[in-house]
Amino acid sequence: MKPFTYERPKDIASAIKAMRANPAAKFLAGGTNLLDLMKSEIEHPPHLVDIGRLPLAAIENTRDGGLRIGAMTTNTQVASDARVRSLYPVLAQAIVSGGSAQLRNKATTGGNLMQRTRCAYFYDTAKPCNKRLPGSGCAALGGLNRNSAIFGTSDACIATNPSDMAVALAALDARIETLTAEGATRSLAVADMHRLPGDTPEIETELKSGELITSVIIPPAPPGGQIYRKVRDRASYAGALVSVAAVGGRVAWGGVALKPWRAEKTEAALVAGIEIPEAVGAELATAEPRGANSFKITLIGRLTAAALGETLAGRRA
Amino acid sequence: MHTNLTVNGKGQALDHDTRTTLLDALRETLNLKGTKKGCDHGQCGACTVLVNGVRINACLSLVAMHDGDEVVTIEGLASGDVLHPMQQAFLTQDALQCGYCTPGQICSAVAMLKEVAEGQPSQATHDLVGRISLTDEEIRERMSGNICRCSAYPQILAAIRSVAGDVV
Amino acid sequence: MSSVKDWAVPNPVSENRSGIIGKSVDRYEGRLKVTGTAPYAYEVEPPSTPVYGQAVSATIARGRILGIDTSAALASPGVKLVWTSENVPKQAARGERANPRSQRASNPTMGSDAVEFYGQTIAFVAADTLENAKAAAALINVTYDAQPATVDFLASLDQAEMPPGEDDTEIGDFSTGYRESSVKLDETYFSPIANHTQMEPCATTAWWDGDKVTVHTSIQMVKGGQHALAETLAIPSDKVHLITRYIGGGFGGKGQSYDDLTLAALAARELNQPVKVAYTRQQMFQATIHRPAVQMRVRLGAEADGRLNAFSIEAITHCARNVPFTEHAANFSRSLYASPNRLTGHRLVRMDLPGAGPMRAPGEATGMLSLECAMDELAEKLGLDPIELRIRNEPTVDPETGKPFSVRQLVSCMREGAQRFGWERRNPLPGKVQDGRWLVGMGMAAGIRGNFLLPAKAGIRITADGTVTLSQGMTDIGTGTYTILAQITAETLGVPLDQVRVELGDSDMPPAPGSGGQFGAATAGSAAFETGMVMRRTLAEMATGDPNSPLFGVDPTLVTFANGNIALENRSESLSTLIERVQPEGVYVEGSISPAADARDWSQHTYGAQFAEVGVDVVTGEVRLRRMFGVFAAGRILNAKTAKSQITGGMIWGIGTALTETNPIDPRYGSFLNQDMAGYLVPSHADIVNVDSMFLDEVDDKANPLGIKGVGELGICGTGAAIANAIYNACGVRLRDYPMTPDKVLKGLIAKGL
Repeated sequence: MKPFTYERPKDIASAIKAMRANPAAKFLAGGTNLLDLMKSEIEHPPHLVDIGRLPLAAIENTRDGGLRIGAMTTNTQVASDARVRSLYPVLAQAIVSGGSAQLRNKATTGGNLMQRTRCAYFYDTAKPCNKRLPGSGCAALGGLNRNSAIFGTSDACIATNPSDMAVALAALDARIETLTAEGATRSLAVADMHRLPGDTPEIETELKSGELITSVIIPPAPPGGQIYRKVRDRASYAGALVSVAAVGGRVAWGGVALKPWRAEKTEAALVAGIEIPEAVGAELATAEPRGANSFKITLIGRLTAAALGETLAGRRA
Repeated sequence: MHTNLTVNGKGQALDHDTRTTLLDALRETLNLKGTKKGCDHGQCGACTVLVNGVRINACLSLVAMHDGDEVVTIEGLASGDVLHPMQQAFLTQDALQCGYCTPGQICSAVAMLKEVAEGQPSQATHDLVGRISLTDEEIRERMSGNICRCSAYPQILAAIRSVAGDVV
Repeated sequence: MSSVKDWAVPNPVSENRSGIIGKSVDRYEGRLKVTGTAPYAYEVEPPSTPVYGQAVSATIARGRILGIDTSAALASPGVKLVWTSENVPKQAARGERANPRSQRASNPTMGSDAVEFYGQTIAFVAADTLENAKAAAALINVTYDAQPATVDFLASLDQAEMPPGEDDTEIGDFSTGYRESSVKLDETYFSPIANHTQMEPCATTAWWDGDKVTVHTSIQMVKGGQHALAETLAIPSDKVHLITRYIGGGFGGKGQSYDDLTLAALAARELNQPVKVAYTRQQMFQATIHRPAVQMRVRLGAEADGRLNAFSIEAITHCARNVPFTEHAANFSRSLYASPNRLTGHRLVRMDLPGAGPMRAPGEATGMLSLECAMDELAEKLGLDPIELRIRNEPTVDPETGKPFSVRQLVSCMREGAQRFGWERRNPLPGKVQDGRWLVGMGMAAGIRGNFLLPAKAGIRITADGTVTLSQGMTDIGTGTYTILAQITAETLGVPLDQVRVELGDSDMPPAPGSGGQFGAATAGSAAFETGMVMRRTLAEMATGDPNSPLFGVDPTLVTFANGNIALENRSESLSTLIERVQPEGVYVEGSISPAADARDWSQHTYGAQFAEVGVDVVTGEVRLRRMFGVFAAGRILNAKTAKSQITGGMIWGIGTALTETNPIDPRYGSFLNQDMAGYLVPSHADIVNVDSMFLDEVDDKANPLGIKGVGELGICGTGAAIANAIYNACGVRLRDYPMTPDKVLKGLIAKGL
């Protein structure tokens, strides 16, 4: 790690101010991703603003019957919340399928949404990576890309977003609320907060410099079942090869793109009364495999068809 | 920079590099070497300690983040010469071989039982709204953040089972 | 030299009068480990404040270093020194042996500007703190002249050559036998590169006292490490004091020393201060040895009744260009099944990779992945039960050498396992059992692993308070060595177990070969036993020759040792009374074991039978273990508890081999894709469901005086194949390409219309 300075502001306003004063600074929440990246010499923030103790750790009912989840709630806290478990089982399932208990005890809701890709080439500083070093190339493109993305890729980057939680949130139509460096609040759909790589894979989210996620708002759940299914090489403590969050007839996919991927064509086809296999196929037709990851198309298709079979029948968890 | 924290019941005032992790502070500064460094990146669980009663990976935490926290490590579990029941169970069931993951496993197991008692679900929890039953499947899933390359898993399960009692 | 016949007579261990042998004794050092107070190499308290060292690794597979800019690192806070090939202190050249009797050659670091593998140490930084050392190491800037490298095994098979001095073995006429067989099988299997992934990375703490260096390091072989460092530093071996008391896993990967040892010693000398050096997890993957990939062609020719008429395994594997090593993936098969016509051998591709080397059951762990699948495939072709096929090919003598087996319980292992596992409930037709979304199947495999005895010494001291201390330059890498040596010593001398202390892992102690090759327990244990016998004779003569002893004048060969006493009929005294009176400073003796001159007149192995039940997710192709049971025959078992831990741990390794473990090389860079434990997946706890094992009663009186054999490697032998066979039985998908990940299984499911 390169040397850095550290501060732990007492309130939200001070945190925003600290970032304004030092635009190269980074927010530090649970640290389970940022410190890993700093140790790996991938992130080199000169200053850390520790927001872990800011009063953003509450889970509150919203007036419309949804939930507002503070950005500094831990993953464990959210998955354990009785309202989350009963109203949004897909979210609880997604969270507990990620990382380990130790990581979930520390990782926060906001931090989980901000975590960066686990692409092996991104993590290896000796290799080209446009995300890590813009213009250096993408080693995954011609490399061992079994774990790479099949949707929304570019010739600059074929990495995936590693979050399980974000996939469930995307299917639930959740939104984030933020506080900008100027002190304004704004709101953004979780499904829209991550950018596809395009020519600038180093720009990962729509958040601006110094902008702080303060909460995640989940609207009331739609009717129908909810299910999160994750396929991976090991039974636990491993990233997804692919995952699916199905909420009624809504579908979001993990492990297939640099963002949680809403299968909108599938959803539209289902609304139009098309049978599940064809509806799933509608979205899969847009996939762009890169070689060793072509199995993900079949895999996500079969997984999704099975999940929708359950959620459309109303089954929960 | 300066951080005050309690480790195994004893107050510690540390002057430290901002970069110092909780793990390195324990091992290199406080001479509490029972907490192990296996991967240093949150991928093995050998550094598991309890912070305010909650298990975390000490390698992915800066000591600066723990001002005022109460940290318990493997060295803080026994009461004098009397082993913590989980330590005794690991010894009796031979739930260890090389021993390098063992402190993390034991700390993890102690906290895991508390998490179940508090009703926290896991991937193995089939009924998210019901009462959690501590099945073998639950124990295995909840202990999966602690890798044991010697592969003492069956004995680790037996040790935890012997402390937790039968499935109810 | 002795004969195995000398070992057949009853002795204190075989008589086991105190019942300590075989008992489920708690691990000797267990209390230290569960309290976190067992100091591993990086944790030893040095005599003064240590300096922290960090090695920097090459990022090309082959070529030259054009330049290394160390200026930023040198200017970085707290930095004490920065070394590259230009200024590293002089060491002996690689492979040089200055000391005529040394066992290990020089192993220098940064000897030149040449890069021979990705991950090779090219620079070294030492600083006042760990944080400063790591930060400075990241500032080293290297430019290379990269040259083409051979790193793609499957693309380089045409370069495979016969390993020097390792001719194929052919018995009878394989080609004719195969051609004339009524049922034939010809399949090729692949097992990928695997990594040891010990929980404790390689680490050394070193300091100097005058011209003598003390190194605490994580290594399986004490003498090997001591000699290698002495050769490298060009100092006499007795100027290197190497200590390795607790080792956080070895599995063969720490059978040799790495640059942490050399660099810690060199830097401690240069700085006149203790130095600690540990490999990062990434360096463990890129810069230590690995298990090489193996491609195995198996050809089996059988008669309609299942008897093998022709048998062949040809294994192609690889090693580092300048570090010869053969993964002997065909060797085990030379003793496993009968067949009159046989052809087995190995080919080797030299590659620009870090060293290929031994990893738990080198040879068997990979080789059995092929043959034990092939036997399952052949059984199906023949319409025979897989166990029955193996029984019909059970040899009466070693099929290649014609030597008798010392003891062979393979068939008993299979029969006992079948009965306990419920093998009769297996539906031989694949894909017929479903449980929800899971297709369920059972598979089995045989296991075999050789048994060895090497020369070793030990020392025993008894002090006037009756404390017995066994000391040996042996290691315990989690194997239970401390514990079984205490048991052997206690039983041999007839003293209570709690009076026995065991001190291991110190180059000043009587040498033993260390932990590896499943020879540790038999070798170290036999040396401990022989030393105990020397002590018995010494004490018997001391007592019977002392006028003040109640045993004065009796025949020293008739006295007995029990409950801490030396006795003959109703005459006795305690050992502590005797020693306090006659030799109050204590009694110390050494003893040794050597292989018997005729030991290799018998074909000597350990055996097992592995049974697995898996579920295959019919939607995703995910495989999940449902249960696994192994039955093993490995000589006398010294400690039921630690032996079971060893053998079950080995089985779990086989599960990782079958389902998750692989480390592909990116041929563009010559580096491993997986350089951390999130990428390289060893089994997690959730993967290991209902794994259990048992040992058959056995004594191998040809093995050593104790009738024991090793158990550290047998557990992995055949395991992966049993799982592969269970996958086939579950869903009809036959995979010959390990590990059996969801993408591969799914492809097979789709091909079957599932």
